[in-house]
Amino acid sequence: MQGETALNATALALDPPQAARAAEAGPKTAPKMATRGVKLWYGAKQALFGIDLDIKANEATALIGPSGCGKSTYLRCLNRMNDVIEGCRIEGEITLDGEDVYDRRIDVVQLRARVGMVFQKPNPFPKSIYDNVAYGPRIHGLARGKAEMDEIVEQSLKGAGLWKEVADRLHAPGTGLSGGQQQRLCIARAIAVSPEVILMDEPCSALDPIATAHVEELIDELRHDFTIVIVTHNMQQAARVSQRTAFFHLGKLIEVGETDQVFTNPRERMTQEYITGRFG
Amino acid sequence: MSDIDPGGARPRKHLVRSYDEDLNRLSSLITRMGGIAERHVAMAMEALVERDEAKANGVVAGDPEVDALEEQIDQTAIRLFATRQPMAVDLRVIAMSLKISNDLERISDYAKGIAKRARRLNDQPPLKPFVTLPAMAEQVQEMVKGVLDAFVDRDAEKAMAVWRQDQDVDAYYDSLFRELITFILEDPRTTSVCIDLLFIAKNLERIGDHATNIAEKIHYVVHGVQVNRQRKEEAKA
Amino acid sequence: MTDAAPAPDRFSRLRARPEGFEERSKALTARRYARERRFKALGLGAILVAMALLLILLSSVVRQGYGAFWQTYVRVPVTLDAAVLDPKGTGDPEVIGKGNFQKLIYEGLFGLFPEAKARPERRQLTRLVSSGANLILRQKVLDDPSLVGTTRDVWIVASDEVDQFMKGAIARDAPPAARPLKDGAIAAIDRLEADGRIEQRFNTLLFTQGDSREPELAGIWGAVVGSFYLMLVTALLSTPLGVGAALYLEEFAPKSRATDFIEVNINNLAAVPSIVFGLLGLAVFLGLFNMPRSAPIVGGLTLTLMTLPTIVVATRAALRAVPPSIHQAALGIGASKVQTIWHHVLPLALPGILTGVIIGLAQALGETAPLLMIGMVAFVVDAPSTPFDPSTALPVQIYLWADSPERAFTERTSAAIMILLAFLILMNLIAVLLRRRFERRW
Repeated sequence: MQGETALNATALALDPPQAARAAEAGPKTAPKMATRGVKLWYGAKQALFGIDLDIKANEATALIGPSGCGKSTYLRCLNRMNDVIEGCRIEGEITLDGEDVYDRRIDVVQLRARVGMVFQKPNPFPKSIYDNVAYGPRIHGLARGKAEMDEIVEQSLKGAGLWKEVADRLHAPGTGLSGGQQQRLCIARAIAVSPEVILMDEPCSALDPIATAHVEELIDELRHDFTIVIVTHNMQQAARVSQRTAFFHLGKLIEVGETDQVFTNPRERMTQEYITGRFG
Repeated sequence: MSDIDPGGARPRKHLVRSYDEDLNRLSSLITRMGGIAERHVAMAMEALVERDEAKANGVVAGDPEVDALEEQIDQTAIRLFATRQPMAVDLRVIAMSLKISNDLERISDYAKGIAKRARRLNDQPPLKPFVTLPAMAEQVQEMVKGVLDAFVDRDAEKAMAVWRQDQDVDAYYDSLFRELITFILEDPRTTSVCIDLLFIAKNLERIGDHATNIAEKIHYVVHGVQVNRQRKEEAKA
Repeated sequence: MTDAAPAPDRFSRLRARPEGFEERSKALTARRYARERRFKALGLGAILVAMALLLILLSSVVRQGYGAFWQTYVRVPVTLDAAVLDPKGTGDPEVIGKGNFQKLIYEGLFGLFPEAKARPERRQLTRLVSSGANLILRQKVLDDPSLVGTTRDVWIVASDEVDQFMKGAIARDAPPAARPLKDGAIAAIDRLEADGRIEQRFNTLLFTQGDSREPELAGIWGAVVGSFYLMLVTALLSTPLGVGAALYLEEFAPKSRATDFIEVNINNLAAVPSIVFGLLGLAVFLGLFNMPRSAPIVGGLTLTLMTLPTIVVATRAALRAVPPSIHQAALGIGASKVQTIWHHVLPLALPGILTGVIIGLAQALGETAPLLMIGMVAFVVDAPSTPFDPSTALPVQIYLWADSPERAFTERTSAAIMILLAFLILMNLIAVLLRRRFERRW
């Protein structure tokens, strides 16, 4: 991968028109994260077949597609959560603010502090609400005392829209909350380390409609301060919360565009068939 | 996948069969309503040209049926929105069905207007044999028919062909307008008859406009983009 | 995709019912229920049989052993003659310690039976009290030197024959040749009993004394201390080793032939007969490293080898039971692998790990065979003061006593088994309590 990066860099330098184009597009639309030709294998089985996708800052990007289409796999490439899976091999380039996240100089622990993650099933630690939120800042050394930590916890919980509900029982176990509250606690835990990007892997699939609405409202608020990538099976949800939508199928990126366009007038027939319920 | 037409407006069936049934029902309601509106226009013109009072009455009496159909279409579409959360082409079809039904209702209304005026004109001596007006009516009826065919076939090309015919209708109207003004100037006693005829021409022109609207909506259903911009460009050209 | 509307009789074959279906269906259902009931009855029966066997075993042990918790004492007026014990009146414990307490006890006893003057009669009398009773009396006087020069009634431990006679284990009407007590002795016992000078009291000696050739003086203290040191060494060595190995294998080791091989071997190790570990301990720790024979340290090392697989397997199961979502949650906010394990995985796996450790230790506590191989079967009177001193262990003590010919050792064997069982139950109880204390739901 290193080699490829270097090659790309030379190509840019040697090809003035292309460089000029890049510069022209640069300041206006420089993506927060970008992937080029990302291919991924689980052992001998290839799961991603060259994904080129830009993730723009302060937008929610929704990844949709049928089960097994690689959208979650792709999401987990963005903060290298696939690293822990044995036999997983990745090719291609993934950049965060132009830096290759698979570069040897990038520490994966630091990367995950910058690119946080919220999972499908709410998974609070079996600790108190306070400790759940404080854990990230604690291990990253973000607070210099109890008072600072209290502030971080409060801001995170407020940011996750949970403060009012739990302010009087911060030291109650996080696992005692309802499903929707647990998921917002997980979001609070993710934002507590002030990430730049938040990855959400079907964050509402285990929640009831009211809890889902809470989380969706939250996503819409958070995208002003964070960049959000959300995988969802619920197309209405993708349509509601995202500004851009990418449709994956069989490990390929079929179509990406403004959410309004994708859901009213998709360019690709396959996208249309999927979102209108004609797949299969 | 080769069995799918390239436009994508008529892709394969939904996984849920009842969804397709609902959509087909909506389309057939539109077709039925369109058929009635088309017939009303034809009957109203026949009532005028053949001085046939019964046909005029038939048009007026048929209007509530059209209104009932429009309501039925509205309800079907709203139920589809609520239960299916339609996306992409389905969304466009259902939303445009709502609007097309409105256009068709207006067309039927104008036909009713023509029939009423025909009834009044039949009490008066004929001014002169109709030439331009039936020709214009024929053109308009052709447009309505064409646009309904285009809807059934989801054929944007056919719809756009209708859309272009609207200019001819406008031309007919302009010439009729001048002709009738000349009559009035020559013999002011014909004024009331001429004004009725002018209104009939105006109604026909409006029917043509609604057919054009429907053509634009069919274009949107098929291609997912509004046609207005193209129209302006073409008008300039 | 099926275009045609469904045929009206699409499920005709499913709806068609063969002749006599209802009766057959009923019969089938009845048979199914009968089978279910039989299965339940079988399971219940198996449990009842197991419970009954356990009950029989326990009740026989208790029946044989409860007597050992009581010991017969004889009240003897002992004159702690200063002329005998401390003629110069120094009060020096060393001088007093050398006194002939045996003689004082016997003289007190003779005083109770003034008519017995002949040597054989007197010999019969001396056999009423334990030959080790003098040691206990000596200790008592050393603890309180002011007793010297006084005369007082002292409860003296009776000999094992008297004890067994009092507990009815020696029949009065047996032919004299077949019983260890002669007629004279029995008459003396009867008289002491009539005088209220003979009594059964709670046997504290059983818990405070080490092993002895005299059953009435034999206790389990030495074995308990030996077992304690064994457990200490085993726990201190096997827990970190076992948990560490399990952690590495489960969380860090790459999946490869080598780790598969290790895994298979660990599982096999758990099934190796314990005596093999004893042989290994003998060859390596004693033969190769020349470590002290009979010492708990060596026993502990050997038992560590034996416990390790149990702990590794249990720990790995506990680690695997921690939901992967917790892993991901920690990794997802940028915890490193070690942080994830220490902060989240280990605390959640702790109850399971503790259970594994305690079960492993309980297994080790009851283990005899490997200890025999490394010489912990020796006769050791004193409790070890360090793990490097020669010692016995509870199961070995049971083994030794079971082998002894004296009648009184039989009940002591059972008593020791009861004590060992009590320890095992206690350990399991601790395991359950720890589980409950640390168990957290996720």
